[in-house]
Amino acid sequence: MHMLAILTRLAWRNLWRNHRRTLIMLLAITLGTWAMIFMTALMRGMVSQMVSDGISALPGHVQAHHPDYRDDPSIANLIGVSDTELYERFSTAGFRQWATRVRVPAVITSEYDSRGVTLIGVDPEREDGMTFVDYDAVEGRFLESSDDKGVVIGRKLATTLNTELGKRIVLMSQDPDNEIADRGFRVVGLFTANVMSFEEQYVFAGKTTTQDMLHIDDQVSELVVLGDNYRDVEALYNKTLELIDDGAEVKRWTEIDRFLGTMLGVMDGFVLVWIIVIFLALSFGLVNTLVMAVFERVREIGLMLALGMRPMNILGQIILESLLLLAIGLALGSALAWATVEPIKEGVDISYVGEGMDMWGMSSTLVPELLLSDVVLANVVVLILGFFASLSPAWRAANYEPIEAITKV
Amino acid sequence: MNLVFRLAWRNLWRQPRRTWLTTGAMVFSNTLLVFMISLQFGMYGLMIDNTLQAFTGHLQVQAPGFIDDQKMRQTVEGIVPLANELRGEFPDQHVAARANGFALISSAERSYGVAVFGVQPEYEPRVSTLPGLVATGRFLEDNDATEIVIGAALARNLKVGVGDELTLLGSGKDGSFAAAVVNIAGIFDSGIPDFDRSITEIPLGLFQDVFYMNGSGHHIVLNNGGISGVAELKARVEATLPSDQELAVHDWDRLQPGLQQAIKADMSSAFFMYGILVVLVAFSVLNTQLMSVLERTHEFGIVMSLGLTPGRLGRLVLLETAIMGLLGFLLGTFLGGLLTAWLSVNGFAYPGMEEMAVKFNLPARFYPEVSTLSLISGPMVVFLFTIIAALYPALRLHRLHPVEAMRAV
Repeated sequence: MHMLAILTRLAWRNLWRNHRRTLIMLLAITLGTWAMIFMTALMRGMVSQMVSDGISALPGHVQAHHPDYRDDPSIANLIGVSDTELYERFSTAGFRQWATRVRVPAVITSEYDSRGVTLIGVDPEREDGMTFVDYDAVEGRFLESSDDKGVVIGRKLATTLNTELGKRIVLMSQDPDNEIADRGFRVVGLFTANVMSFEEQYVFAGKTTTQDMLHIDDQVSELVVLGDNYRDVEALYNKTLELIDDGAEVKRWTEIDRFLGTMLGVMDGFVLVWIIVIFLALSFGLVNTLVMAVFERVREIGLMLALGMRPMNILGQIILESLLLLAIGLALGSALAWATVEPIKEGVDISYVGEGMDMWGMSSTLVPELLLSDVVLANVVVLILGFFASLSPAWRAANYEPIEAITKV
Repeated sequence: MNLVFRLAWRNLWRQPRRTWLTTGAMVFSNTLLVFMISLQFGMYGLMIDNTLQAFTGHLQVQAPGFIDDQKMRQTVEGIVPLANELRGEFPDQHVAARANGFALISSAERSYGVAVFGVQPEYEPRVSTLPGLVATGRFLEDNDATEIVIGAALARNLKVGVGDELTLLGSGKDGSFAAAVVNIAGIFDSGIPDFDRSITEIPLGLFQDVFYMNGSGHHIVLNNGGISGVAELKARVEATLPSDQELAVHDWDRLQPGLQQAIKADMSSAFFMYGILVVLVAFSVLNTQLMSVLERTHEFGIVMSLGLTPGRLGRLVLLETAIMGLLGFLLGTFLGGLLTAWLSVNGFAYPGMEEMAVKFNLPARFYPEVSTLSLISGPMVVFLFTIIAALYPALRLHRLHPVEAMRAV
């Protein structure tokens, strides 16, 4: 223990003998660490935004459908258990939030134009906070109940159809007997969405009203369950599977949106690769610095060896020197990363590439997400790899022949 | 010159390990840059080509405002003669006229809302890859036949096959009721269910008839083969258009704004990463060259007192750096090129790419191409920054006083 204290002290002082070199290296490590963490925070923010947008784009965390629904999202493929029955089974299960929906393709027609859309019959009270629509931000109002006779459409769709609040539109779909089912609705609300294409694609109506229109009394197309953590939905999945009891096919959100599901995994891999790449770029400079430090101290090291210092201690001293340097750089870099993320944690506006982000399935505000686990990961990876990188120069120093080293010019 | 070069060369190899470590940093980042840039730009190219060739084309002639509102009434009058005129004017372009609307499409069992495009059977295959995707049956042949081509997913959902009858219901240009009965000529399969489910094509003549278009259509597509020269083409097309109706010419960037922006968004994060990498290398070089200058203080003092000017010494240091940079450039470009060349034969894939590929019109396995630009652009920047990094040590020499310097150990 005493030895370690001495070695640390030696290493510390040696570090500042050539302060210029140490400072440059420190600057490089700080910058590298900052880049690792800052970039990771941005990417994490992007992905979790993507995931939460994706989840609120209706899959929820776990969904249940008729087994054929996902390939053929039509009225013919409704959940085999009635809505009332589902309510009995699920309302006491203790889920954070869950809802049932009627969700079918439809054509919306104004007096000027028509478009293909996805009609979603919802129960507004149970859906609150579950969809991408913020009820309070809706121009006009959102639906008030399951049997609300109005319809809420996206602002973009309203422009395309040349319609507005208070105007009437017609929704057309089919009933289970393939008869045209249509109904006139009054537009009661216009919603805006983070992801622009949602505004053109989705149309909300009351669940009961929709069921009436489609002549399907008490049936629904999907059941959605929301838990607390999107990364861990297994318990939710098992519970849903058990409750639905063969009446439908149950899927996790990662299976429904495979792109999003894999993005999470890709992201974790990317963080590690990025940290390692930065470290490798740094390591050349680090090893170089150590090699130089050892080289210019050959005589001194020889002397210490001749005086009886053990090679292991020399080794330890060089490695300590490197780890100290890294530790300071890491601390500064992490602090800098925190300091740069803090002012933008409310989000950065990147709407100049908004439609591009739309294509990636992201919204046009980027909210960085600084995860402690990523900071720890970056620090630990760098320290461990740094240890291995400094082994070679340290090993050389420890294995000098004292006499040769002392007499070296 | 020769002498200076020899001096520089020898100075470099006084500390071969240090030189190699510094060069190693450059080789590492250059290899990485060449590989990443080839991959990145190759992907952008494919993304653009695949997206545009699929349907959009490189230029479109439309009614003003159509691009934003896509309203049925925003038409190009006399679209077929106009397309013929353009075809005569630009013999090296593929030109085709289209019209588009929405309709509820019904089979005996099902109904779906879809986009219906009226296309010219004779010219459409040259501006779109969709006709080539017809897997069963054939593409449209006669401009007035009551035929339709639909996607595989839609065919599955409608439970129909080639030769079956479908009913189209929609609204015509004047808002009146439009209906037609058509036979399925062919079924295309793009591999993207959502696309297959939402797009259908009928002959333009039939479209004009059913939707009361009066000889008008919605856009004329020009396929330029590639994106180079589109701006110039756009100006020429604009000059050619008749003055009796107001028309707008849009290039692909305007037609698919998401595409360019997705690329921009991806590029800005990529450039951030490259930037960090380059700066870290520059730090490594700065450190090495500063050390190499500092340890030669004594020697520099002597040559200066012998009459060598600081400027010449500075050039020596810069030359040393340049040689090192060149070495890094050549080795890095070579290794990066080798890696890319190997991948261009064997292909590159990473987990999660398949899901992303579907989203961005990319193949699941990617074959990057080696190009001069991707080979040298990254390494050039690294080289530039290397030289900039060496400026500080080189300029520092101006502050050196020969006598003091000679006293330095």
